Amino acid sequence: MSEMVNLTVDGKAIQAAPGTLLINAAKQAGIEIPAFCYYDGLSLQAACRMCLVEVEKTPKLQVGCTLPVAEGMVVHTDSPTVRASRKGMLEFLLTNHPLDCPVCDKGGECELQDMTFRYGAGESRFLEEKVHVDEQQWSPVVYFDAPRCILCYRCVRVCNEGMGVNALGVINRGVNAEIAPNEYDHLNCDECGMCIDICPVGALTSGAYRYKTRPWEMEHVGTICTHCSNGCKTTLGVRGEQIVRGNNRDRSGINGEFLCVKGRYAFDFTHHADRLQSPMIRKNGRLEPVSWSEALALVAKKWREIVERGGRFGVIGSTRTTNEENFFLQKFARQVLGTNNIDHHRSGDIPTLLDALSGRTGALATTADLYNEKAVLVVASDLSQEQPFLAWQVRANVRHHGAHVYTATPGPVREDRTAVRSVRCEPGREIEAVESLGDALRAEPSLVVVFGDAIKGEALRRLVAFGDSLGIPVKYVALLDYSNSRGALDMGLLPDLGPGYHPVAAPGMTMAGMLADASLDALWVVGANPLSRTPLASPDAFVVVQDLFLTETAERASVVFPAASAYEKSGTVTNVCGEVQRLKPAVKIAGTKTDLEIVGLLAKELGAQLGVWLPDNVFEEIRATVRGYNVPLPVLATGGSAITAALNGRVKSAPGPELIQSARNTLFTSGSLGRYCRTLQSVLEAPGALYQGK
Amino acid sequence: MTFSPELEARFEKLLKIYPEGRQRSAVVPMLMYAQDEVGSVTRELVEEVARRCGVNPLQVDEVVGYYSMLHTKPLGKHHVQVCTNISCLLVGGEELYEHAKKTLGVGNKEVTADGLFSLEEVECMGACSWAPAIQVNYDFYHHVTPEKLDKLIQDLRKLQ
Ligand code: SF4
Ligand code: SF4
Ligand code: SF4
Ligand code: FES
Ligand code: FES
Repeated sequence: MSEMVNLTVDGKAIQAAPGTLLINAAKQAGIEIPAFCYYDGLSLQAACRMCLVEVEKTPKLQVGCTLPVAEGMVVHTDSPTVRASRKGMLEFLLTNHPLDCPVCDKGGECELQDMTFRYGAGESRFLEEKVHVDEQQWSPVVYFDAPRCILCYRCVRVCNEGMGVNALGVINRGVNAEIAPNEYDHLNCDECGMCIDICPVGALTSGAYRYKTRPWEMEHVGTICTHCSNGCKTTLGVRGEQIVRGNNRDRSGINGEFLCVKGRYAFDFTHHADRLQSPMIRKNGRLEPVSWSEALALVAKKWREIVERGGRFGVIGSTRTTNEENFFLQKFARQVLGTNNIDHHRSGDIPTLLDALSGRTGALATTADLYNEKAVLVVASDLSQEQPFLAWQVRANVRHHGAHVYTATPGPVREDRTAVRSVRCEPGREIEAVESLGDALRAEPSLVVVFGDAIKGEALRRLVAFGDSLGIPVKYVALLDYSNSRGALDMGLLPDLGPGYHPVAAPGMTMAGMLADASLDALWVVGANPLSRTPLASPDAFVVVQDLFLTETAERASVVFPAASAYEKSGTVTNVCGEVQRLKPAVKIAGTKTDLEIVGLLAKELGAQLGVWLPDNVFEEIRATVRGYNVPLPVLATGGSAITAALNGRVKSAPGPELIQSARNTLFTSGSLGRYCRTLQSVLEAPGALYQGK
Repeated sequence: MTFSPELEARFEKLLKIYPEGRQRSAVVPMLMYAQDEVGSVTRELVEEVARRCGVNPLQVDEVVGYYSMLHTKPLGKHHVQVCTNISCLLVGGEELYEHAKKTLGVGNKEVTADGLFSLEEVECMGACSWAPAIQVNYDFYHHVTPEKLDKLIQDLRKLQ
């Protein structure tokens, strides 16, 4: 480490690394320099002048948010001059501020309120009439109230730099300066709501949340987004059994404050009118509501018959249910139903990746690696659309560390704009495109390769061989679709591999095999909708479905159980990079049960001994028996993410790569669940398209 | 949007003089020249300049809103700009502006009914040494008095 710089702040001798901004050096020493426009991770703006401090031997007050520390600097952050200047700045900011705090969404969480409370003058000398501009709606989720804006430019910067969307700008100047959207009177953008979240005041507000509650009336439940595989922590604001907001303002979790439109707004399915709230049994061709005991008894009776006559079962698990649920489900299938016919919708070839990486350690990238490694290669994925948080990490890496980005995709992607090289290829020929980048990549100090579902089987082995040939450290991320796609694989929802990728003695049927098997006797689908894509060949199969909604699959069922969603349960999920995190229930929907409980009750009904079906107990078993999952519990308990130890062994998986197919969700779709997210569908950009590279 | 061959040639040159990847630098001069030909900065012009410079229209709007010499409404044939900033103010700039309003019968940023003149109160134009100063289109007039102003307006009227 280079020499530390010595300086004095408010009489306290402190040290800081060269180049540290005064505002941060003071913060490290526990001294607050108030700021509006300064924002960690974004470019410097120096627009608000709230951070002015006195530096000895300089004639004027200095801007603390742009001033790097210097040896021997003597700073006063609380002198009478500084205090007077802060009062003045706040008085100016308030000259045209509407002071409608009692009805403003931000009231209670507003930085302007807090600053005025702490540093402000109690009165204003301005008697001039305030300039009023009517509120504007820019999209179903973004509203703008110009008079409240303090022109800190945070929204503009987070949209340009953080999101790479460039949807916001500033028009006019002086008192007339105003934030403006890219389509004159509305937005055409990612609808991520990052601008709303970052706004220190109530100028940008959210269509989903506005005027619903006062912030202090909510409970805040930190859980994991149920949509894509990136595993963002979303803090759900709950008021009276209803989720009214999603954000991550406290920057906890792997994603800091990042959330895409899905993590921020797509919680509304929880209260959708179509939620199933009672078990149903098919009677005279129609699904009729029945009691839990009746439904459980019927399933147990049928299954027992089928087991006794040696009939054929098919079990299809979910990519959104918890590790505990998946583990318990496969245990049930294998031990109680005696079948290895268990599978799920696979979106990435993790088994082949693990096999190809045999003998290596540290070759699986974490979400943090995407921010820290020197170079990133994006293959066969429209990352900003399909994997929003990973794309955010890559953008931040470019801004903060000057990382080199390479893309090899069939169409233009947002990452091209910061890429040092982009190659286009025919779909399916991505691997050749990657190989054409060899010379450039060899010159990089290290590399992370993120790749979509086109890279599987032999192509994946070729990719790893190519990585080996570069002679530099290479890490990989096999992109996946949903919040627990990775956990479904790790927990052994596979016909040939059990938990921890242990091969089973007699591999069962794949999902495609089960659906095509005309003599299948029973199909059990937990939180998946395979019949939306493929018909069920067996006309007489007894179909049991656990789901939130009456999906195409549930409509074909003989018995339907109403399941709780991820936002209504405890347990753990594993993200695309193998990071385990814990869910926390935010609400409870009357009449539903978690999948773990439903499976547990079925086990009980059948008299099977599968152990206690409480998430903590099942997770203990997972920690003890599933390779890589012996993670530290305190990390999870405190809302952190624990990295599962990468498999360092040979994984033998027979099923062909044709089974692996991503659903190719855009920013505005989320499989069958997306249909029930009104907010997602309300935005103009929905459903969005891939390879737009907007 | 199409422009005169001269303007097209000018644009072409402008886009070449800035280093590769910095074509957005041409936004201001392109808007200035195009405004003279088109009459004002129209929506269509904003979009055209954005397209040619490889930025989005909002970024051009930011520039248009910021610079007072870019106008989104048509001006008079002779655009009279009177400085009332400090140096000019001290030697009668403000009175000159009031006089101009009376003579032309229009207020700030307004156009006379015949479309011949428009008036604008402007900030320092860098002609302080010869204050009070005015500018008509691109021409400067120094040490202007109300009488000189009236004479100038008469002359310009005749000119057309
Ligand atoms: S919602 Fe997201 S993409 Fe849209 S303007 Fe705000 S920050 Fe930009
Ligand atoms: S809208 Fe909010 S974030 Fe954007 S400039 Fe105004 S105060 Fe800052
Ligand atoms: S990036 Fe994925 S995990 Fe993160 S908020 Fe969006 S959908 Fe949820
Ligand atoms: S925080 Fe320093 S100028 Fe705004
Ligand atoms: S003050 Fe009028 S030209 Fe400078």
